[in-house]
Amino acid sequence: MHFGLTADQELLAASARDFLAAESPPATVRRIVEDDAGVSPELNAKIAQQGWQGMLVPEEYGGQGLGVLDAAVVLTELGRFLTPTPFLSSAVLATTLLSIAASAAQRRRWLPRLASGEMLATVAWLEESDRLDPAGIALRVRRARDRFRLSGSKLFVLDAQMADLYLLAARTAAGQGRDGVSLFAIPRDATGISLTPLHNFDRTRRLFEMRFDDVVVDRDQLVGREGKAWPHLERMLNVACVAIAAESQGGAERALELAVEYAKVREQFGRPIGSFQAVKHLAAECFAEIEPSRSLLWYAAWAQQGASKEASRAASMAKARLGDVYSRTTNKSVQIHGGIGFTWEHDVHFWFKRAKSNEVLFGGPDFHRERVAALSGW
Amino acid sequence: MDLSFSKEDEKFRREVRAWLRRHLPRRNDALEGGEDLSYDSPERISAAKAWQRTVHDAGYVAIGWPKEFGGQEASIERQSILNEEMVLHRAPGLIGHLGLRMLGPTLIQCGTEAQRRRFLPKILTADELWCQGYSEPGSGSDLASLKTRAELDGDSFVVNGQKVWTSTAQYADWMFCLVRTDPEAPKHRGISYLLIDMKSPGIEVRPLVQMTGRAGFNEVFFTDVRVPRENLVGELHGGWTVANSTLAFERNMLASTTRTQQLMDDLLGLARRRTRNGSKVTRCPATRQKLADLVIRVEAMRYHSLQQLSDEIQGRRGGVSASINKLVTTELNHDICAAALDILGDYGPLMGRTPHAEDRGTWPKDWMFTLGMIIGGGTSQIQKNIISERALGLPRGA
Repeated sequence: MHFGLTADQELLAASARDFLAAESPPATVRRIVEDDAGVSPELNAKIAQQGWQGMLVPEEYGGQGLGVLDAAVVLTELGRFLTPTPFLSSAVLATTLLSIAASAAQRRRWLPRLASGEMLATVAWLEESDRLDPAGIALRVRRARDRFRLSGSKLFVLDAQMADLYLLAARTAAGQGRDGVSLFAIPRDATGISLTPLHNFDRTRRLFEMRFDDVVVDRDQLVGREGKAWPHLERMLNVACVAIAAESQGGAERALELAVEYAKVREQFGRPIGSFQAVKHLAAECFAEIEPSRSLLWYAAWAQQGASKEASRAASMAKARLGDVYSRTTNKSVQIHGGIGFTWEHDVHFWFKRAKSNEVLFGGPDFHRERVAALSGW
Repeated sequence: MDLSFSKEDEKFRREVRAWLRRHLPRRNDALEGGEDLSYDSPERISAAKAWQRTVHDAGYVAIGWPKEFGGQEASIERQSILNEEMVLHRAPGLIGHLGLRMLGPTLIQCGTEAQRRRFLPKILTADELWCQGYSEPGSGSDLASLKTRAELDGDSFVVNGQKVWTSTAQYADWMFCLVRTDPEAPKHRGISYLLIDMKSPGIEVRPLVQMTGRAGFNEVFFTDVRVPRENLVGELHGGWTVANSTLAFERNMLASTTRTQQLMDDLLGLARRRTRNGSKVTRCPATRQKLADLVIRVEAMRYHSLQQLSDEIQGRRGGVSASINKLVTTELNHDICAAALDILGDYGPLMGRTPHAEDRGTWPKDWMFTLGMIIGGGTSQIQKNIISERALGLPRGA
């Protein structure tokens, strides 16, 4: 009976925290946030040197072959520091999808380069309907002999400005159901692709609209069996839930730390505001939510060992809970900071905005609570 | 992560289950009461004592205690498995729980050899029941301000004053009690820990009726009550330290989160069989959201308890986990009961054996009782003070 991190995972957490404290302090985050492209190639290169981009890549393809809980440990630290880097989009989501859906030849072709960080990939799933069910994938693919032609657009694509490879979910057969959903791997230089940045308020994470104007795709770019990609996407959705929940865990911990540090030094009425119960109780309520959330998160990460109903249920529980907890914590953190917390100059607003963007990304708390209800058989 | 227990521990679990299947009382009104385990009649008390003796005869009472005091020195895993199985099988609680969970461990740690020999065996068998004399009319959250006075007079203390909210005092044989022995000292340093025979002359117990309608707790008045000096536990004026050592024994909360899980299962059962506004309750989107939210909070506490159990096995200290458990679990229990009342609509307030009462009226009773639990044993607000000061390092108020 052991509930918690292994010694190796604790070491990973500590070294990730030290590394990010040095390489991704608030000043660095701010510089990337205020940068038009929102990219720091130097930081991405340093992160790749840590081997993180290959954590989830199987060893035979040059990665570390670690599990979702290991990735969650790193994501917790990335979330704590709000590090703008394509770890979630490429090292977690695209890597997971390719690992479970791609042919051996495709894996040999892409995974080693993703593992080294030499190449980045991202998943293009949602469309204007903003639906996470099979009907949300409506982008129609026409067959032209042994090729495919795609036209349409995708929304809310993470890190598209730096990805070299897009994993696109599209519909190869009529209908709205699970059957007919296919996955294509499309290089960024394919003719007919255009990107439009979406100005979301969380500038630590960039989202894009992607337009596909009669993009021609070869048969060997079809990932997995034609029309049978939905279960892979659903499994990736579970990993996405855990990953974002992990970021939210770290972010919530940091947002509370910032509030507590401030409450200890800010004085009003002749004493630290942290000595007032009105302030103390806000902080204690956050702590009493954050601590059990970590246990739920670790369990959900550990449960992602295969495609089981429990993996889905646990992932949705963690996503729903951390979505609420992170948003509530950052709200209270801003309030404890008072006026200074509302300024651009202070850093706490970056966590406040990231909390909301994490909350809605890959389904908000309502969506995931309903998924828990359905999976529980009610 | 490894959520399995060893083969030997799983064997122990099977033994407990087999024993429970054979010995668990059939549905027995004398032993049932939902969340509110008040023993308000002689029949209930003797049935509950008989149950504890049955459990004791099987060797399942206080298995974590040292062997020389009647325990088995069982591992934390086994204590946790036993508690979990008892709750999962809806076994009646042990009537002697205050002696078993609070006083017994305190005597093992701080008592004299004579006190251990005198009191521990009868705690195990429920031959003597204990109550806790802590709160006073003027000393609730600020417990250390207590005023009940004990003065040494020869070989005995003379106790005068009043305790309140004293659960089980109406039938307890003994009380472990905090009294002020040095009114001049700073408030934490003038308190002593006494064991008081409830049959002593000068003790008057007046039951207080709770909002549930039951007399669960009492006022206890002391007028020149003589307590032999040998019934002092720990040092004279050192009672605060003794009382705090007991609180540390309340850490293993797996059993109580198991209880919360069970309450949640009951709520889901209710939701599945009820209709509301002409359709099944589980089809209502707002109710599905609420139920899922509760399930998620319950599951988070379940894994948090497993993590605490695991930390305890590895010898890691619990920190403020007892406060988090108390705060979160009691509020969760109340929210679960409140959700049940929402589902029940006009049937919600029907209590006891009223025609049409659902689940024999346990929901409204538990709804009230669980609000009491948010207050008792250190209010939610006190737990938040503890968390903010001990875990977050925020300064104490003026």
